[in-house]
Amino acid sequence: MKTTVTMRDVGDVKIVELHGKITIGSGDLQMREAIHTAITGGATKLLVDMKDVTTIDSSGIGELVGCYTTATHKGAKLKLVNLPPKISDVLTVTQLITVFDVFTNEKDALASF
Amino acid sequence: MTESSPASPGPIVLWLSSRYENLELGQAVLEYVCRLRGIENDAEHWIGVALREALANAIKHGNRQDPSRRVMLSLGGSANSLEIVVGDEGEGFEATTVADPLAPENQMKTSGRGIFYMKTFMDDVTFSRGERGGTILTMRKHFDSDQKKGAQTR
Repeated sequence: MKTTVTMRDVGDVKIVELHGKITIGSGDLQMREAIHTAITGGATKLLVDMKDVTTIDSSGIGELVGCYTTATHKGAKLKLVNLPPKISDVLTVTQLITVFDVFTNEKDALASF
Repeated sequence: MTESSPASPGPIVLWLSSRYENLELGQAVLEYVCRLRGIENDAEHWIGVALREALANAIKHGNRQDPSRRVMLSLGGSANSLEIVVGDEGEGFEATTVADPLAPENQMKTSGRGIFYMKTFMDDVTFSRGERGGTILTMRKHFDSDQKKGAQTR
């Protein structure tokens, strides 16, 4: 499955939808570029929808952490929604699940900003 | 290059050029081996995560993404275990120097989690020096009959 990143706006929240693999050489840099572009463009509320992410590796996790740090330093908020169970497990074993604000549905996530 | 049939007692051995595209080939062969051995999907997924980390490390840190350097991948083991060996042609690697990604000072680093994931999802992970240099990574996963039928392996 080819990795794609799509963006849409709901109010003042930029929703970044990831599809496919977020792994080294396949999706990790696409995700970073999309999120950095959104931040550079002035987005201050970012919601990363991971519903269609099939696999993430340490490189993808690293990029996600980097995006979170970049957003925070720029005064923006980056939150996660719709984590598939295996993606949640990968974040849990490295204790990163406690770093990110994670939501199980978009409505609750949007209301949290 | 496949040197033996997956149905034979010996391991499957592939030599891959150092390109990230070859992660997909390694994973496809792993999936084939898991199906042959009756290893259930959840276990296959986590072994696949570990395999991708091992291959990515060999390509990135071992062979420095030099496509003329090869990565050796061997998939073998016994009836109740799967053994994955990944070798590179790099300068060698000292696993004890890798920082703990769970330490508070490392939690927000953008790298350094690959070996941790391998150790989390596999039962044994060891590093050694290859006879001609480089690093040899050996990972094993042990199964009982329930795990082959569908139990979570983590």
